[in-house]
Parts: sequence; structure tokens; C-alpha cells
Amino acid sequence: MIEAVGLTKRYGDKTAVYNLSFQVRPGAVTGFLGPNGSGKSTTMRMILGLDNPTAGHVTIGGYPYRKLPNAPRQVGALLDAKAVHGGRSARNHLLSLAQLSGIPARRVDEVLGVVGLHDVAGRRSKGFSLGMGQRLGIAAALLGDPQVLLFDEPVNGLDPEGILWVRNLMKALAAEGRTVFVSSHLMSEMALTADHLIVIGRGQLLADMSVKDFISANSADFARVRTPDTEPQQREKLSAAITEAGGHVLPEQDGALRVTGLPLPRISDIAHDADVRLWELSPHQASLEEAYMRMTQGAVDYRSTADQKAGLQQPLPPGAQPPMPVPGQGQPGWYAPPPPQQGGQPSAVPQGAPQAPAGPYAAPGAPAANPYAQPAPQGQAPQAPQAPAAPPAAPPTVPTASDVTKPEDAR
Amino acid sequence: MAAAQVVRSEWTKIRSVASTVWTLSLAVVVTIALGMLISALSRSEFDGMSARDRLSFDPTFISFAGMSLGQLAMVVFGVLVVSNEYSTGMIRASLAAVPQRGTFLFGKLAVATALALVVSLATSFAAFFLGQAMLGEHRASLGDDGVLRAVIGGGLYMTLIAVFSMGVATMLRSPMLSLGVLVPFFFLISSILGYVEATKEVGRFLPDQAGSRIMQVVPPVGDDTPYGPWGGLGIMVLWVIAALLGGYVLLKRRDA
Repeated sequence: MIEAVGLTKRYGDKTAVYNLSFQVRPGAVTGFLGPNGSGKSTTMRMILGLDNPTAGHVTIGGYPYRKLPNAPRQVGALLDAKAVHGGRSARNHLLSLAQLSGIPARRVDEVLGVVGLHDVAGRRSKGFSLGMGQRLGIAAALLGDPQVLLFDEPVNGLDPEGILWVRNLMKALAAEGRTVFVSSHLMSEMALTADHLIVIGRGQLLADMSVKDFISANSADFARVRTPDTEPQQREKLSAAITEAGGHVLPEQDGALRVTGLPLPRISDIAHDADVRLWELSPHQASLEEAYMRMTQGAVDYRSTADQKAGLQQPLPPGAQPPMPVPGQGQPGWYAPPPPQQGGQPSAVPQGAPQAPAGPYAAPGAPAANPYAQPAPQGQAPQAPQAPAAPPAAPPTVPTASDVTKPEDAR
Repeated sequence: MAAAQVVRSEWTKIRSVASTVWTLSLAVVVTIALGMLISALSRSEFDGMSARDRLSFDPTFISFAGMSLGQLAMVVFGVLVVSNEYSTGMIRASLAAVPQRGTFLFGKLAVATALALVVSLATSFAAFFLGQAMLGEHRASLGDDGVLRAVIGGGLYMTLIAVFSMGVATMLRSPMLSLGVLVPFFFLISSILGYVEATKEVGRFLPDQAGSRIMQVVPPVGDDTPYGPWGGLGIMVLWVIAALLGGYVLLKRRDA
């Protein structure tokens, strides 16, 4: 159990962490989310007694880390995978840490096996890939068989197999009753791994809730309705009819309509009554990534601006289309579907924006669930947050879990 | 208990990086080889020396001539042992494992100092014997008055140079910064101060000048140094203690 009370850290006049209070409970994976520079690593260092808080305190099992009896056997941490002397072999690196904590040398070979590095144990870590470095860092955290584990961005640089392995490892550690605290800036990854979320931005607490609550509070359901492109008047007609029936309509750039507040069968009935043909009527769910970005967009420190490419731009060949703007933080409002209960607020979304990247963070090997194949939730108002099943505790059932958060369709 | 763990761990750390072998063997080779070269040259020049120079001819000290360069390798050894932790970021893992920072620092320094002492003493004796062999009929012998003290002192001098560097590196953390301060300090400032009469008095109290006094057996004619061999070494030890205390206080207070 990690407990922070009013934790504050200032560097000069910059406040890295401000008045942070939270608890990390045993038996669960707690995700620690925030944009780059939001104070995640600083908080982790304060938990480990490496940095002294300016105000407030943080304890592990009731003790501040530096007073914790036999600290390295109770707490294991991965702070920075690159924090290894490149000229030292993986085995010697772990051996020196084990000896420092009074852990027998045979444990080193055990953890090397656990993280799958036994074949390269004698090699200098200089030649390690980022993923191998992460594994080495995780091995170091596991050395003391600790009850409390801290991981700072453990999946950075890991291949899909490695990401799956880390995810299952975390869950297994939590299932053994340990306290697992994992930081990440990837909401999608945390939604699959964590049971509980602590979200910070600019060093302040933004959310402290279970993943299930986070999903139901933040997943904005909507229906996409498309009328024949050839008959714009049908679209107007349908918009009016839906608004009349109490739904909210938001036009999308390519001519489709985003409807909230009405169940799908009802939309179909309204269209039928209005004598409007439909080319598409599909249920959608805003991804958790979007909900997370909406939550933190006011707290992003490093925001990119559009690249003007002044003077560098080649004249476009005749007939070529100018490139679509890349969706991202340079364009406020791109990710900001209306939160569920205020459906229909104007946050026009450029439809040209490409699909949200589903690839890298989605579960490896998980078949991409086709959102269009899902049956429409009969008799259930799409506005009511349909809390999808929380990620199951059993490790191998990834495909199911991936349905929850795969950013099915950014809009 | 914790101290023994730190010592064992630091021994693993120090023997598992290549820089240890490189810096220490460079110190050994440079000190001995340069000492032998200067000894051989001195022997051939002895006949052409003035009577005054012959009076202050110090065969023991001549065989240690290589230390002026060899000590730089010891500086690098001392700096790297400490600053490696910082430049790699391993210091966080180390201090998370041993939250008692004083125990950690002094365990680390103890291991590095012990290793430096063994290497330095061996180097000192080897430099002496090989240098004397080069000096031929002008040689000194270990049984002569003050010679054994000078040879052991040479080993202590090299060790203290390394420990002083460790203390400075603990304060400065960055290897580049530490070397950038220490190398000019030992190589330039100290000798520049010695050239001018007015600053010579100050220069005498710098760690390397005060400490190297212990390697002299025959003082130069008209020598007016205000301290003896052990007094000089004592001044050097004070410098070392100051550097270590500075490093300890900063490590204790600072965020890792």
C-alpha cells in the first residue's frame, strides 16, 4: 500500500507535482497516467525516497521509504531502463544490485530466466535493444520478490509479444496480492492492464477511479447515420426529425451525421417515418484514449504546432490534393467528442482526419474487432454508458479486452 | 551488515567494467615507464651536472618522475568510479536499494580506495626498483635513510590522488565536469603557481605539491618548505577529507 498525502515538489519556481494525494492498494494494478512532463517520474522518485518532497509525504506500508525496514526486499522499481552501465554484463548488473540488497546470487539467474534474458546474460548491456533494456530493468525490480512494485513506462520499446508479457506479468503480480503501480502515457495500454487509474496533469490529480468507472464515465456512445450523398435534402429532413425526437445531431465533414441521445432502432424508425433512406447506421463508442486526452488536454506541456515548412514546400504537382492535416495536439478540438451527457455540443470534427491508430497499442495478435459487426444494442439508449466488461483478470483473454479500448473509430 | 553488502556489491561493480582495468593499468605503465626513462636519462647526465645539482641529486625521487603523468590516470579512475553511477543513472537503483546514503558512499569509496592502494603500492615499489636499475651506480637502496618511507609514501600519494578525485566527482557528479576541473588543477595550476615566487607559497599547500614531498629523500639545496614529508602528506589528507565531506553532505541533501 502506497499512500501519498499532499505531495508537492517544486524545482525553483517550477512546480512539478502539486498537492497530490492518492492511495495505491495491494492486489490490483494501478495505472498512473499523465502526459509527458506531468510529474509521473518525479512522483515515483519521491515514493522511492530519491527526491525529497517540498511538502507533503508519501509512505509505503506506513513508512517513508528511507525508514522502511529492509526496503529493497519490500519494494522493487523500474525507473529508467537505460540506467545501466553499458560496459557491464546483464548478469553482473543484476548481481551488483542483488548483493547491495543482500539477495543471494542464484536469484539473479532466476529473474534472468523470468524476463527471458538468460541467453544474453553475459553480454554487455551496451548492445541491448530498448526492449531488452526494459526486460533487464524489470528483472531488477523483481530481484527482491517485493510486495510493492513500481514500473515507470515499462512497455516503452517493447515488441507486441513483450507488451503482452508485461501486461500479463503485472496482472499476475497483482493477483498474488502485491501492490503494482505502473506509469504510462498510453491510456489504451492502461485500460487493458490496470484495475484502477490515477490520472495527473501538470502535477495535479485529475482522476482517481477504477478503470470500470472511468470507462462508463467517459465513453461517449453515438450512432453514425449516413443518408444518400446524392440527395442532400434527405439529410436535412432526417436531422430535423431526429432533433424533433429529442436527439442531438452533429454533422460530420464527409456528410454523415453523428447522433447522440437516441437508440439505434429509434433512429431507424424515425428515418422510416420520414421516408429517408439510410446508407449507414452504425453504433460507435469514443475511445478511452479520447476521453483521456479530453481530460488532459488542458494539462499538456508540450504541444506541437503545425509545421509551416516555410520556404521548403515543393509546389504540388497538378491535380494532387494538398495533404490532410495530421490529427493531433496542434489542432485543439480534434479529439474532443462531446462528453456523454452534453451530447451535441459543437465540437466539429474534421472528417478528413485519418483513423485513430489502432495498431501499436492494441493487443498484439488480437483480431481487430469489427465495430460494425456488433449488433445494435437493442432497447438500450446509446447515451446510457454501456460499460463494457472490464479487462478480465485472466491473462490470455486479450481479444475480449481489446474490444473495450481499441479506438474503434476516433469519431 | 548493510556496509558488507555495499562492499560486496561495489566490488562486483568495480571489477565488471573495463574502465577499471584500463585506467589502473595505464597508471601503472605510465608511472613505471616514464620513471625508468627519466632515470636512464639522469644517469647519463649526472657527469655533466654542477656540484650543486649533484648535492641535491635524489635517485629515489627521480624514479618517481612518472607519477606526474601516472597520477592523471588515477584521477580518471577515481572520477569514473563515482560518476559512472550518475552518468548511467544507476545511482537511482543503488540508492533505492541502500537508502542510507552515507553507508552507500563510504562503502563505494572503501572498495575503490582499497583497490587503488594495492595498485599504487605495487606501482610505487616497481617504479622504485626499476628506476634504480636504470640509474646504475647512482642508485639508492631501500635500506637507505628515508627511502622506504618515500616508496611507501609514493603509493599513499597515488591512492590519495584517486580518493580526492572520488570526493570531487561525488560533488560534481558529471564525469566531464570532474575531469575538466581536476586535470587542469593537477596538471597546470599547480605547476604554474610554482613558477612565480609570490604564488609559490600558496602552491605548496595544494594537495599534489604537499603530498609529493613524502617521495623526496634528498631535499633540494636551500629548501625552505615549511613542512616535512609526513606534514606534507597530512596537508594532502586534509584536502581529501574536505573533498569527501563535501561530497557526503551534498549526496545526503540532494535529490538523486
